[in-house]
Amino acid sequence: MSERILSVLVEDKPGVLARVASTISRRGFNINSLAVGPTNIQGRSKMTIVTELESVEQVKKQLNKLINVIKIVELDPENTIESEVLLLKVSINKDTQTSVIEKASLSGAKSVDVGSDYAVFEMTGASKDLDKLENLLKPFGIIEMIRGGRIAIQTKL
Amino acid sequence: MSEEKLSGAELVVRSLEYMNISTIFGLPGGAILPAYDPLYDSPIRHILARHEQGSGHMAEGYAQATGELGVVIATSGPGATNLITPLTNALMDSTPLLAITGQVASEAIGNDAFQEAYTVGLTMAATKHNYLITNAEEIPQILLEARHIATTGRPGPVLVDIPKDILNQKVEWIEPKLVDLPGYKPTLEPNPKMINQAADLIKKSEKPILYVGGGIIHSKANEELFELATKFQIPVVTTLMGRGAFPDGNELCFEMPGMHGNYTATTSIQKSDLLIAIGVRFDDRVTANPKFFAQNAKVIHADIDPAEIGKIREPEVPIVGDAKSVITGLIERLEGSDLKTTDWINELNQMKKDYPLSYIQEEKGPLKVPFVLEELQKLSDEDAIVVSGVGQHQMWISQHWNFTQPNTWLNSGGLGTMGYSLPAAIGAQAAYPDRQILALDGDGCFQMTCQELITASTENIPIKIVVFNNGNHGMVRQWQKIFYKNRFSASELTHHTPDYVALAESMGATGLRMIEKSDVKKVFEKMLEINDKPVLVECIVDPEDMVFPMVPAGGSNDVVILNEDDLKKL
Repeated sequence: MSERILSVLVEDKPGVLARVASTISRRGFNINSLAVGPTNIQGRSKMTIVTELESVEQVKKQLNKLINVIKIVELDPENTIESEVLLLKVSINKDTQTSVIEKASLSGAKSVDVGSDYAVFEMTGASKDLDKLENLLKPFGIIEMIRGGRIAIQTKL
Repeated sequence: MSEEKLSGAELVVRSLEYMNISTIFGLPGGAILPAYDPLYDSPIRHILARHEQGSGHMAEGYAQATGELGVVIATSGPGATNLITPLTNALMDSTPLLAITGQVASEAIGNDAFQEAYTVGLTMAATKHNYLITNAEEIPQILLEARHIATTGRPGPVLVDIPKDILNQKVEWIEPKLVDLPGYKPTLEPNPKMINQAADLIKKSEKPILYVGGGIIHSKANEELFELATKFQIPVVTTLMGRGAFPDGNELCFEMPGMHGNYTATTSIQKSDLLIAIGVRFDDRVTANPKFFAQNAKVIHADIDPAEIGKIREPEVPIVGDAKSVITGLIERLEGSDLKTTDWINELNQMKKDYPLSYIQEEKGPLKVPFVLEELQKLSDEDAIVVSGVGQHQMWISQHWNFTQPNTWLNSGGLGTMGYSLPAAIGAQAAYPDRQILALDGDGCFQMTCQELITASTENIPIKIVVFNNGNHGMVRQWQKIFYKNRFSASELTHHTPDYVALAESMGATGLRMIEKSDVKKVFEKMLEINDKPVLVECIVDPEDMVFPMVPAGGSNDVVILNEDDLKKL
């Protein structure tokens, strides 16, 4: 299933996320990821919504009907940089500690806290690289994992 | 700059006056009470409904009849939740509505206070947009914005929720600014390239059909539509919401297609090589299974709401724009072209002769709704407004009433809200005190909102109500006959039925009854003579009657069930 990424500029007002979420669930759209944050423009937030190619046209049109949605850009898959942040807490012991830290660091993760029986890693990158890290550390016992949602920006004007 | 400070409540009333609102519908309660005090001194007419659902439908009836904003006001909690049905109804049928609701005081919000409901959250999916006001100074600007959103683009309901402390807050009147919303710029003018492409397809077409709906009425484009159809000889079918957009009786008018549409209208689309769809949304009651809908036709789809285009059917030519501009553009681009549609029109007229809408009214037999309707139309004014409930009677009216003007047919099309007729008729009569307003309702529907009869009497609103009493939820019964082996589960209303004549009289209306064919004319004549109070006619009709033609839900429009014998096709 092919994905499409929408970059949605919205008014930074209470309830806007609820309106977007309500529209998505009301229309039965499949959403793979949704991330919200401030922008460089006063009073504007940006939502990055990852959806399926087959529903992208209706998602765009229905979200455009929301008064608080200002602009929707469907990012060109060829010219888009995507990023996501991950925090992952994994079990370790004396025997596994070195191996876990080495594997994580080779994957591009940074260890932010290491205790006697756990380690916390932080990683920023493409979602598929975060998936790889998760799979790599799974055998050691993941205690908790949080991902921040995918954000993306187009590289060309 | 005014030095005088006004309360939020005074600002609400002053804003409504500023917007030239003359009539509002509502019901007071704790949280909205501050707003009712300045309303007491205002020239705005307030019509007190007996239930908030009624007040909402009244505002809808007012808006559907006039094409202008309908305004309803209610209190917090149950007042607001009772408005959800009319709001959703207005959203589905694109009716411009402004709902103002009281809310518990700002500091109590979220604490499950008395009569608190999360109105903005509850109505998010029932409105085009909604607001919670947090500062009284915003009231004039937000109400103006709300009206702008409700009445422009694709019209719809907008709700403004105002906490009680904000209604009591004293501030200065700030003259509202011209509305400019960065995220709301409806496209009215169509792209000329698309108009050209559409015109090219029309010129090449041999079997075009104008498939038009409510969008023509909202855009007040009926005259342009008439010019387009008659100048270039293109047959027209009108959806349930579009009845009256093109005059019945015109040789190009084939009336309503779809589930209970007439055979020719439904079949014309199936045989067409080009659908010119304007202000319609390919509703399932029109298309049946969209896979089998108009398989031989290319599609031009023009709508003011881009989200409707391609939602159900991917068109060859998509056009975003207001129906009036789209049609004007098409007329200009088609100027001088001579469409060869004579054979096509002859074919459709032959079909109409071969497959007419029919019914049999026996001299001594039970009354049939189509017969009663045709008799009523003979006696009523040309510009009478017909307001329907939902179900069998609604379909029969759409089939058998001749609509020749827009905004003369009010009904709940998208949501199918039983109980719509009586209150909506009150709203229409409030807008047009001197016109005949005919609330033609079923007995099941009538029982849902009949408390509003007292509103009509109290407010001197002389609507004429006909309750078609078949003692059943007729459409439910029809489906149970066809699809559930005559197992009439919970569709019979006859165990205890109200005495409708006595009920009318008890509520200050005149009550009449018709049972036999010989009653019909004289009872209707009497009904139409009464103009100083509401009048209700109970019309006892045949409970066994079914609405045909019929295309079962999810079926193909190629298989139209014409009568009871035809059910064997299923």
